Amino acid sequence: MKIEKETEHAIVHVNGQEQITGAEALLQCLLEEGVDTIFGYPGGAIMPVYDKLLDFTGRLNHYLTRHEQGAAHAAQAYSMVTGKPGICFATSGPGATNLVTGIANAFLDSVPVVFITAQVTSGLIGTDAFQETDIIGVSMPVTKWNCQVKKPQDIPDTIAKAFYIAKTGRPGPVLIDITKDAQLEKLCFKYKKCDYIRSYNPLIPLHIKAIESAAIMINHAEKPLILAGHGVLLSRAEKELKAFAEKTGIPVASTLMGLSAFPSDHRLFTGMLGMHGNYGPNLLTNEADLIIAIGMRFDDRVTGNLKKYAKKATIIHIEIDEAEINKNVLVDVEINNDAKEVLKYLIPLVKENSFEKWIREFRICDKTEYEKVIKEETKPEEGDIKMGEVVKLVSDLTKGEAIIVTDVGQNQMYAARYYKFSNPNSLVTSGGMGTMGFGLPAGIGAKVGRPDKPVIAFLGDGGFQMTIQELGTILQYKVPLKIIILNNNYLGMVRQWQDMFFDKRYASTELVNPDFVMIAKAFGIPGKKVVMRKELKTALDEMMAAKGPYLLDVIVEKEGNVFPMVEPGSSVSEVRLTY
Amino acid sequence: MKQEFTISLFTEDHIGILNQITIILTRRQINVESITASESAVKGVQLLTIVVRTTSEMIQKVARQMEKLVDVLKVFVHTSDQIIYQEIALFKVTTKGLMSGNIIDNIVRNHHARILEVSPEYVVLEKTGHKTEITDLLSQLEPYGVLQFARSGRVAITKQVKELNVYLKEMDEANRVRSETIEITY
Repeated sequence: MKIEKETEHAIVHVNGQEQITGAEALLQCLLEEGVDTIFGYPGGAIMPVYDKLLDFTGRLNHYLTRHEQGAAHAAQAYSMVTGKPGICFATSGPGATNLVTGIANAFLDSVPVVFITAQVTSGLIGTDAFQETDIIGVSMPVTKWNCQVKKPQDIPDTIAKAFYIAKTGRPGPVLIDITKDAQLEKLCFKYKKCDYIRSYNPLIPLHIKAIESAAIMINHAEKPLILAGHGVLLSRAEKELKAFAEKTGIPVASTLMGLSAFPSDHRLFTGMLGMHGNYGPNLLTNEADLIIAIGMRFDDRVTGNLKKYAKKATIIHIEIDEAEINKNVLVDVEINNDAKEVLKYLIPLVKENSFEKWIREFRICDKTEYEKVIKEETKPEEGDIKMGEVVKLVSDLTKGEAIIVTDVGQNQMYAARYYKFSNPNSLVTSGGMGTMGFGLPAGIGAKVGRPDKPVIAFLGDGGFQMTIQELGTILQYKVPLKIIILNNNYLGMVRQWQDMFFDKRYASTELVNPDFVMIAKAFGIPGKKVVMRKELKTALDEMMAAKGPYLLDVIVEKEGNVFPMVEPGSSVSEVRLTY
Repeated sequence: MKQEFTISLFTEDHIGILNQITIILTRRQINVESITASESAVKGVQLLTIVVRTTSEMIQKVARQMEKLVDVLKVFVHTSDQIIYQEIALFKVTTKGLMSGNIIDNIVRNHHARILEVSPEYVVLEKTGHKTEITDLLSQLEPYGVLQFARSGRVAITKQVKELNVYLKEMDEANRVRSETIEITY
């Protein structure tokens, strides 16, 4: 065996073949997959990888968050705004378990994130060694796929497989757990991207017959309604959706995760579905005679009481994940394919049409909703500042061109309801999991992913404090994220439920908050507190004009409630405008 | 209405598959009546045979969730009339109890059981059949002192004509052709 040593990179050649460590191989794999950004947090078991990372400076940019959960959320948001898989590193034990909320969040919202965790040396696995956790077992229910690597030579193929699984089919998070010895030992590096796994078939042949019967139904419908979900964005079918809707004249409603797939100001857009969605699409779901659900999964927050859901409608379900079809709602036509491919095939089969009378019904609902809810929310003349008017002002100010990130709760619902989205992938929110604390780290990930766009995070005072330490990440990397705290000194959504369903017994929902502006200042982030309505516009202008990060602490109405609301257990047609 | 289903699940031979399958059953609160695992007729492919009681709506949902798992090749769900199935049971009974008269001979003959071992203290019997047949034999033996009783899970062969390797071939071709022609977006 002929061994020679190069001094510069300590590359060893065995029989003329280059040998590198598992740690270096991992980083090479990432480069091969087109990765340039990583969010993570080091620790004992992952030190060989971090050590090697120094040699990749300039090619792989690592963002050190202040908590692994923050890294997970940031990686997810990065993926949501760039369309590339997010990458997240953590060490073994607590590092890995701290990721779990972030992994589960990405899993429920079908976002491709490749999580790399380190594991103790393979000989110690199963012995309860220091910082050993069975993260494969722990993450199994919340990953699309996971795998432990104990030999360096298995790293390239496993990483290739991980990327392929994460981004194809219904995307989702994957986790690769690499033992410390596998990071340190050497291998002959060769990388081949994965494009085939025998037991995994993301490319399903088009169900032509089903699409053709769908077309016939669409051509004969009188009150059809399109429900657009996150799948439209994930399959990049926004253009096709627009073309399909415009040709057929069918009105479009969106799920929370589907927002921004269809322009909010489009004449065929009827608003958001679900518990705090718009009045028209909720009420009229039960009047529609045909529902075309595209890339959505009939979540309980969207459907309300299933027994009374869309009973007059024939349902066509276009969905890439077969397990979602007939899971909650029994459908008449199942099209188990990618949304974009289906729409491409479907568009030539449908006739040009218009449903003016049907659309007028939505507009009448809009008017009612405006009079009873929106007017008071967006243009109040007196009293405290309302969350809705802050979002509306930001929407007008940015002309719908910004990327909006939200936390979870009332701030999220107001942002989703009152921001008018112009571009696809411009809402980053935690839908399925409803993870408080998502907003701030997600804002960082979104801004890192799209430095060219204004990124604005709407946070509640509760959720902000769950991951407030990430202000340190903003400080360290000068991330020019704009943070707006809609501060009502309450866990607002929980308080709203206590108000409505628990006799106003406000159990543990009132918060005694610190001075957020002062905290921001300590992190080198300029900020301002806004109490009076007349100061709001100027403060927002100032925030948008600021070059770097900025925090606006907006003191809003303490006990505001989000409406409309489909109460739990109610039918979507029982959507309430007032309380 | 709940009924008995036999799930035949073909998977890659990877660590942790069983865990992934039971997570799905646990979430849906479905009890496993029996489970067996073995290599299938196709080399490198494992066959899990799981017997559960649930509704026909639920079994469809669960089967789709199982098939969605990356390492699962194919899931078949069958009702009892669509399969040929057997379980095997071993009984350890006291020799003293059984040796009086022709009892042992009659029992073995009537139940198509087999004697595996005879010692002064105990007799070991083997019985292959359906669950009810095994339960019948157990209740017949009980008066004579059953020292041990062990029963396997169900093993099943389907009556369907199309075999796994045909499915595998189809899946394989569909994906290979498409991988070449369609560039994966994302």
